[in-house]
Amino acid sequence: MFGLTKKDTLLLIVVAILTMAAPFLLNPFPSGSAMAQFNAGYPDLMQRFVIYGLFAIGFNLLFGLTGYLSFGHAAFLGVGSYSAVWMFKLLSMNVIPAIILSVIVAALFSLLIGFISLRRSGIYFSILTLAFAQMSFNLAYSVLTPITNGETGLQITLDDPRILGVSRTESGGIPVTNLFGAEMRSTYEMHVGSWLFQFNTGYYLCAVLMLLGFYLSIRIFRSPFGMMLRAVKSNQNRLRYTGLNTKPYTLAAFVISGMYAGLAGGLLACMDPLAGAERMQWTASGEVVLMTILGGAGTLLGPVLGAGFIKYFENIFSKINDTILHQWFSALPDGLEDAMVFLVHPFIGKGWSLTLGITFMLVVIFLPGGLIEGGQRIGRLFRRRTAKPAPDSAPSSTPAE
Amino acid sequence: MIKSHLTRRGVLKTGSVAGAGLAVPTIFTASSAAAYTNEPTGNTVTLGFNVPQTGPYADEGADELRAYELAVEHLNGEGDGGMLNTFTSKALTGNGILGKKVAFVTGDTQTKSDAARASAKSMIEKDGAIMITGGSSSGVAVAVQGLCQEAGVIFMAGLTHSNDTTGKDKKANGFRHFFNAFMSGAALAPVLVKNYGADRNAYHLTADYTWGWTQQESIQAATEALGWSTVNNVLTPLASTDFSSYIAPVLNSGADVLVLNHYGGNMVNSLTQAVQFGLKDKMVNGKQFEIVVPLYSELMAKGAGASIKGILGSTNWSWTLQDEGTKAFVKSFGTKYGFPPSNAAQTCYAQTLLYADAAERAGTFNPCGLGAALEGFEFDGLGNGPTLYRAADHQCFKDVLVMQGKQDPTSEYDALEIVEVTPRAQVEYSPEHPMFAGGELGSCNPGA
Amino acid sequence: MDAILLQVLNGLDKGSAYALIALGLTLIFGTLGVVNFAHGALFMLGAFCAVTLQKILTISFEVVDPTRLDFLGNPLKVKTPYVVSWFGEAAGNGIIAWSVPLAILFAIPVMIAIGFAMERGLIKHFYKRPHADQILVTFGLAIVLQEIIKYFFGANPIPTPAPPAFTGSFDFGVLLGFDPNVIIYPYWRLVYFAFSAVIIGCVFAFLQFTTFGMVVRAGMADRETVGLLGINIDKRFTIMFGLAAAVAGVAGVMYAPINSPNYHMGMDFLVLSFVVVVVGGMGSLPGAVLAGFLLGILESFASMNEIKSILPGIDQIIIYLVAIIILLTRPRGLMGRKGVMED
Repeated sequence: MFGLTKKDTLLLIVVAILTMAAPFLLNPFPSGSAMAQFNAGYPDLMQRFVIYGLFAIGFNLLFGLTGYLSFGHAAFLGVGSYSAVWMFKLLSMNVIPAIILSVIVAALFSLLIGFISLRRSGIYFSILTLAFAQMSFNLAYSVLTPITNGETGLQITLDDPRILGVSRTESGGIPVTNLFGAEMRSTYEMHVGSWLFQFNTGYYLCAVLMLLGFYLSIRIFRSPFGMMLRAVKSNQNRLRYTGLNTKPYTLAAFVISGMYAGLAGGLLACMDPLAGAERMQWTASGEVVLMTILGGAGTLLGPVLGAGFIKYFENIFSKINDTILHQWFSALPDGLEDAMVFLVHPFIGKGWSLTLGITFMLVVIFLPGGLIEGGQRIGRLFRRRTAKPAPDSAPSSTPAE
Repeated sequence: MIKSHLTRRGVLKTGSVAGAGLAVPTIFTASSAAAYTNEPTGNTVTLGFNVPQTGPYADEGADELRAYELAVEHLNGEGDGGMLNTFTSKALTGNGILGKKVAFVTGDTQTKSDAARASAKSMIEKDGAIMITGGSSSGVAVAVQGLCQEAGVIFMAGLTHSNDTTGKDKKANGFRHFFNAFMSGAALAPVLVKNYGADRNAYHLTADYTWGWTQQESIQAATEALGWSTVNNVLTPLASTDFSSYIAPVLNSGADVLVLNHYGGNMVNSLTQAVQFGLKDKMVNGKQFEIVVPLYSELMAKGAGASIKGILGSTNWSWTLQDEGTKAFVKSFGTKYGFPPSNAAQTCYAQTLLYADAAERAGTFNPCGLGAALEGFEFDGLGNGPTLYRAADHQCFKDVLVMQGKQDPTSEYDALEIVEVTPRAQVEYSPEHPMFAGGELGSCNPGA
Repeated sequence: MDAILLQVLNGLDKGSAYALIALGLTLIFGTLGVVNFAHGALFMLGAFCAVTLQKILTISFEVVDPTRLDFLGNPLKVKTPYVVSWFGEAAGNGIIAWSVPLAILFAIPVMIAIGFAMERGLIKHFYKRPHADQILVTFGLAIVLQEIIKYFFGANPIPTPAPPAFTGSFDFGVLLGFDPNVIIYPYWRLVYFAFSAVIIGCVFAFLQFTTFGMVVRAGMADRETVGLLGINIDKRFTIMFGLAAAVAGVAGVMYAPINSPNYHMGMDFLVLSFVVVVVGGMGSLPGAVLAGFLLGILESFASMNEIKSILPGIDQIIIYLVAIIILLTRPRGLMGRKGVMED
């Protein structure tokens, strides 16, 4: 189906079902219960999951296939966001032109940077991309403030000269981003017992685009073009000796991956019309590298998992505070309760990055292929238990590594 | 009203949704049951404390969080009541807000506008927070203020000093208790002239981003009005850690005062390095060379250590003040945590009380009613003397403290001493002042 | 002219700091082939060695002084460091004031031990793993180290002043016949410069003139062959890692008075040190030093107002701009060798 093999179709369908049902799946605990803290099924975080998933999918197209490690991909995300917000400010609050412009601008920007950076390989390439991204960040934060609004971030204001649409609503507010009238932030709430499920328009737009991006990435992985990129990774010199110019291939991969980043940046702005310079900082570039490696570089699904994993930590663990800990352990006797809180305390709230750092190390030590390998191991274990040795049915999602 | 569809976790804690197993689709429209975003329907009301918990301002965030927790205690009638006892408005009685017990959620801004907005959104969407407060930088404050305006909740700014927060980026749903760069300049300049003379040449080093620019502009205007001249203004990249190449040319420039428009780590490093250069011991134009740091914070003063001795700057408040409000607050904070609060902590504590008080007086959590109760509100007893929440821009007007690094501190929390309490009248300005022009409050947004 | 001279001086000092940080990184790159994202954290740990020693020296006993009150109105507890009570007021405070230079003695064994532990416990298992895995594991390690420091020392910068003897600056201008105060330089930075030069010199001499160094250099050039010759290169690599950690550590100690240590200072220097190493050329120690000085001097020039008025914001990007230009004109940086980290 869709020009995919059976296995890939299955993967795509599974991913589609998971994303569509995310509002259910991410809210397993009844709200109000002690475990509700771990629920991730609210619009903002779900949007971030799919948007950063998209970003990581795109990054993986470059890194996973060609082995070129870009350390400046956040720059494309940033310019995507800035273009989208400018589109909202100047043209219309409809997200379509914003998304289109953000992809185009990111494509042009990545073409320029890629053309220069791809003259080098290995770590020299990484540092070139890093240098470009850091220059963009530093300038956006200071000298380019008229365009980027610097530290504060580019926002929509009440006096934007919007050509198609009004500068302000009748009630004096700022208009909201929409898709032909369907507001990105509108949410359909479903109460089931003590569960609350939120279905957000913006999330579903992002999810659909992420699925499209995922589909496209499968097609690229399986295409002759993808094969060529993998050849670049395994031995570029040998490829060159055959008289082949690899640059057009790698540049194409770079630009495609930059367009994914631009799309992600544009979507971030569509969900929340603000573009901050720190989106382009090296730490943001580093984050997508970590997402991809953590999930499993070169695999189809890995980067999405990695993105979800990191964003979950950032948003959920950082919000657990001592009060909540005391609630959790309130059943224990007083002394034990305090001891438990004391033990867990360094790893939650302001210590969320410690937990993340430890997880990075554990994953890379014990699961060399990233999270996706963990999934495969569990899968294998499961199959062994059910005593159905089926070597052919190993998930096909790890073609590269 | 815009139809905000930012959602509420709602009522579930109280079990008021009886129809278990029954799907109740509620698409929010104007006719929706809720009158405003996150209307509290149970017996608790949730506030969102959004402070930096990681990154360079994590300690400042931690101090803010301490103040918030203390404020919640006092609002709920626990502890000694702190400034509730000295606050001139007596609407709060220690039984929560409008009879509802105060609960809170915390989040990490990472001092990044993106992360701060994500955290604030999760508080609004997931935890049902009715008010967001906190922050330790103007970029974050402006970004979160914008979000709260769109979402239809109140934003009570924490530490944010840029003119823009209540200037060109002001919002109807946002309120700032902290002072701003203009006030720093207006309060500091007369003291500088009194101490260092009217015939001075200032050299500015300015952090190259929005806050730095407004701070520099304010202090330059204020000092020039009193006779100083400005030799040079050099912008330094935010990421700088080594300022030697910016400090080295100062002595030869003919300047006899160095103004460091830096905050946080920038300020700690630039001040330490300027002192290391021996600038404080030099004589230029026959005068003692001086260094000025327009915005002080206790934590940064601590970070700069002995370099801070004798250096003038300004703060919003200081625990060394001797009014009743301050004494009550320092006592309950000090008893609970063992050290005195910072001025960031005080502003956060005051903001929480002011919010709660406004809700009581308005009789509602509705941002529009509550905002109206805050607008033009005159009060005293929160440590800053008589204070006005100006309606035109939601900025508090109160005395500003000019501080100096203490020569002989008795403890590590005692790095600064008060030089002068600049009266409120001297730091007031018109809402149309050019440094604040260009924005408008818009109309209040209750969401839903 | 005087302004240019001043910035050359500044640049040399900045450059020596960059070179020192980059040196350890390039040792690890060159010998072990490991992309060490925890190198910045090692630098930070070094700076916190200085903080720790200062804390140890100021461990105090408390005496209640009923005549003075603390902020809560209770009698003030006056803290007196044990060191002061043991050695007397002058000598005791003198020792505390010299805690940063003393911390070097403290930092070298500590950092070597940390380096050994890191290499034996973690890095060793990643020699044969792809660079991506090395990045992830060392980045994770860097976060963990940072957070541990934050847990114990807080996030605020901690003042670690240089000894009072080094406050103030030396007037170069007078030596060269300029007016006073035209070209001045803080004494502590002169110390830092001299110290860096000595450390860099020592590392070079060690690699150049000892048998150990010769084997390591051979290992850098062709690890397999050296291994085939029956030399236990692994053990030497462990020692190299310890050495690199110590170099990063002492760089951190000496930098502490210039830049009050805080837990994330390593991340601030990480990117910069990578840029320096790569501009210098992978696997080249002289390259790293040269690049450090070059970038330091250019950065200082870019901060001059005369230049900033022509090119606004140039000081924000100069390092990256130079890196790009050098990498485009010299494919392997200034002095890089072919084939190192190019795939």
